[in-house]
Amino acid sequence: MSFVKLSASALAIAAVSATTAAARDNVQVAGSSTVLPYASIVAELFGDNTDFPTPVVESGGSSAGLKRFCEGVGENTIDVANASRAIREKEIKACAENGVTDIMEVRIGYDGIVFASQQSGPAFNAFEPADIFNALGAKVLKDGEIVDNPYNTWAEFNSDLPDVEIASFIPGTKHGTREVFEEKVLLIGCEATGAMEAMVAGGMSEDDAEDACLDVRTDGKSVDIDGDYTETLARIDTNPNGIGVFGLAFYENNTDKLKVATMSGVAPSTETISTGEYPVSRPLFFYIKKAHIGVIPGLKEYAQFFVADEIAGPSGPLANYGLVADPELAETQEAIANEVTMGSGS
Amino acid sequence: MTDASMENPGTGRRATSLTASDERTLKRAKAEKRFRLYGIIAIATGLFFLVVLFASILKEGIPAFTRTVVSVEFTLTEPQRAEAESTLFKTKAYSDLFITELNGKLAESGISVDFDEAAIERLLGKVGGTIRTFYSENPDQVGEPINFELAASSRVDGYFKGRVSRDTLQDSRFLQLSDLDLVDALTEAGVIKQVFNWPFITGADSGVDNPGGAGIGASVVGSFFMMLVVLALSLPIGVAASIYLEEFAPQNKFTDLIEVNISNLAAVPSIVFGILGLAVFIQFMHLPQSAPLVGGLVLTLMTLPTIIISTRASLKAVPPSIRDAALGVGASKMQAVFHHVLPLAAPGILTGTIIGLAQALGETAPLLLIGMVGFVARGYPDGFLAGFTEPNSVMPAQIYTWAARADVGFYEKAWGGIIILLMFLLTMNIIAIILRRRFERRW
Repeated sequence: MSFVKLSASALAIAAVSATTAAARDNVQVAGSSTVLPYASIVAELFGDNTDFPTPVVESGGSSAGLKRFCEGVGENTIDVANASRAIREKEIKACAENGVTDIMEVRIGYDGIVFASQQSGPAFNAFEPADIFNALGAKVLKDGEIVDNPYNTWAEFNSDLPDVEIASFIPGTKHGTREVFEEKVLLIGCEATGAMEAMVAGGMSEDDAEDACLDVRTDGKSVDIDGDYTETLARIDTNPNGIGVFGLAFYENNTDKLKVATMSGVAPSTETISTGEYPVSRPLFFYIKKAHIGVIPGLKEYAQFFVADEIAGPSGPLANYGLVADPELAETQEAIANEVTMGSGS
Repeated sequence: MTDASMENPGTGRRATSLTASDERTLKRAKAEKRFRLYGIIAIATGLFFLVVLFASILKEGIPAFTRTVVSVEFTLTEPQRAEAESTLFKTKAYSDLFITELNGKLAESGISVDFDEAAIERLLGKVGGTIRTFYSENPDQVGEPINFELAASSRVDGYFKGRVSRDTLQDSRFLQLSDLDLVDALTEAGVIKQVFNWPFITGADSGVDNPGGAGIGASVVGSFFMMLVVLALSLPIGVAASIYLEEFAPQNKFTDLIEVNISNLAAVPSIVFGILGLAVFIQFMHLPQSAPLVGGLVLTLMTLPTIIISTRASLKAVPPSIRDAALGVGASKMQAVFHHVLPLAAPGILTGTIIGLAQALGETAPLLLIGMVGFVARGYPDGFLAGFTEPNSVMPAQIYTWAARADVGFYEKAWGGIIILLMFLLTMNIIAIILRRRFERRW
C-alpha cells in the first residue's frame, strides 16, 4: 500500500531530521512587539547583506520573550530576546537558575510613546500627565479626598479638554510599553495631582501609594490591549472619542488616520525625543546569550550589524522607520565587539 | 381504543369531500410551505454571507496582485560593484548607485517637475536587495545595460491604488505632496507603471519598511511541506487506528474509554496542541524551532481525531453483507477488510481527511508556540529534505503577521494572501475529489 510507504518515508524523514537538527544555522529571536518591526528590518537586511541566513524573529511581548530567553542554554532555546524595557532582577535570577548566566545587554535606541486619537474626532491636542492620571487612575484626588475615579468625561477635570466620554486603549500588562506608560505618565500624573501625597497622608506607605497610583480603573473606560498597535488602531477607528497609546513609529506610519496629542506642551518627534524634551520615551533593548556566540553562526555578526552606524544610526533605515537613534551607539558597538556581559563592569 | 377508531374512520370527524381539502390538510400543507420557505431563507442567508465574504476578499485582495514599479535601464560597472560590496550596508550602496543614475537620467530627459535625489529615494521602495541579488546571480551582466523593474515605495503604490490621496496626504519623510507631481510626470513618461505582482506570488516575507518586497511564495512552500507531514502521518495512523477499533478490537470497557477519548480529543482547542508540541517536540526531542516538520507533527495530533471519527463512520456504512460474503468464500478477516471493506469506505475516508487537512491548513494558534508565527523570511528551502527542517512560515501565520503591521501596504498583502490560501485549499479539494471519483465503487 502506498500509505505504508508514505508513512515509512515520513518516519524516516523525521528520524533523519531529528539527528541533523543539532545544527541550527539561523539566529532565533523573540520578544517585544515594539522591537519586532526594527528587528524584522534588520533581519531582512542581515540576510540580504551577509552570507548568513535570515534570522527568525518572533513577537509575543517583552516578558514572554525574556521568559523564553531564560529557559536555558542550547539550540532549542532562543538566542536573542527583544525587550522594550530593561531586564528585571527577577528575570536575571530566573535566567541564572536555568544556566543562562552571561547575558549581553544591547540598547538599540529610543522609542517615543504617543497618545493619539482619530483624525476626525474631537481635539485632544494637549495633555499633561495629570490629565491622563485623572482619566485613567483607579483612585484619584477629588475635592481633597481620595475617591474611586468619578470622572466620566475629560472636561470634568480639565475644561480645556473636550466634553466627551473617556475611552482609552492602553497596552496590556504583558507589554513593556505598559511599564513606561505607568512610570512616565501615571506616576508623574499621580504626583502632579497631589493624589500620591494625599494617599501617603492617609496612612499608606510610600510603596503602597506608588502601587495604588499605577492601578488603572476597571469600569470599562480604560481598555487593556494585549495585541499589537493595529488592534489599538482598529479600536480608535471605530470610536471617535477614543484615545490610544501608540509607538512613535506606528503613529508616523499612520498619520493620515491618527492625530497626535502633545504631552506637557511638547509634540512627539524623533528630535524632541532624542533631546529628552518629550517626556514619554523609553530605551529599547535586546539581550544576547553569550553562551550561544560561536555556537550559532552569525549571532555576534547579527548584533554588530544591528547597532552599526549605517543601520541604527540617525540616517539609517531604523531611524527612517521611527526609531530614535541612540547618541551613545559607539559604546554599544564596542561592548558587543568585546562581548561585555551584564554585571561585568561598565 | 385505537383499534376501534381505525375500524370506524368516520367517527368524530365530519364527512369530507375528496376534491376539497379540509381545514387540517390545509394547515399541514401550509406548514410544509412555511418549512420550505425557512429552508430557502436559511440557504439564502448563507449564500448572502458567502457572497459578501468573497466580494470583500476579492475587493481587498486583488490590488495585492498588481504592483507599482519604476522601470529604468541601469548599468553597473565593475568598480562600482566592487565598491558597493566592500561596504557593510551593501544593499544601501546599490540603492544609492541606482538613485544617482536615475537622477542623472531624469535630468537629461528634461522632466518639467522639480526633483532631487531625496525625492527619488522617497519614491523608490527597498531596491538595493533586488539589485544585489540580480548581480550576484548574474555576475556576467555587470557592465551591461539592464532594464530593471524595481518596486516603488508603499505610499506611491498606495497612490495608484487609492490608499493615498492628495487630500489626506501629510508631508512626512515617507512622502511629500510635491513628490506626487513627480510621480504623475514619471507615469506619463512610462517610467512608473503598474505590472502584475509576480514577486508577491513567488517571494518571501520582507521587513516592515518594505511592503513592496513581501511575497507569500515561501510560506506556500512551508504550508505544502507541513501538509505533507500531516497527510503522511495522520492518514495511515488514523486509518489503521479506525480499522482496528472498528473491525478487530473487542468491545470492552477499555475500547469504550479509547472511543470516548478520541471524541473528546476532537474538541480540544488547538492551542493546547501547540503547548504540547513545544514541550515534547522542541524541548524534549530537540527538533528544530520554526520548522514545518514540527508544525506538521503538532497538526497531525490535531487532525487525527477528525480522521479517525470520519473513517470509522464510513467503515460502519459498508454493509455487513459485503464482509459476510468475503468471509463466506474463505477470505481471512484481514483480506475481507483490505480487499473489500476499505476500498468501499475510501471515498468517505478521503472526505474526512480533506476536512481534517483543511482545518490544519488554516490553523495558526498551535504554530504560535513553536516559532512559525513572526518574521520568518528564509526564502525557499535548499532541497526536499531541508524543506521539512529549515525555518519557514505557513500561509495563515504569514497572513496574521501582515495584518498586524503598521504600514497599510501590508494589509492589502494579507487579503491577497487569503486569496492564495483559498486557492491552495481549492487545489487540495480538487485533488481529493478526483481521487474520490477514482476510488468510488457502487454496490
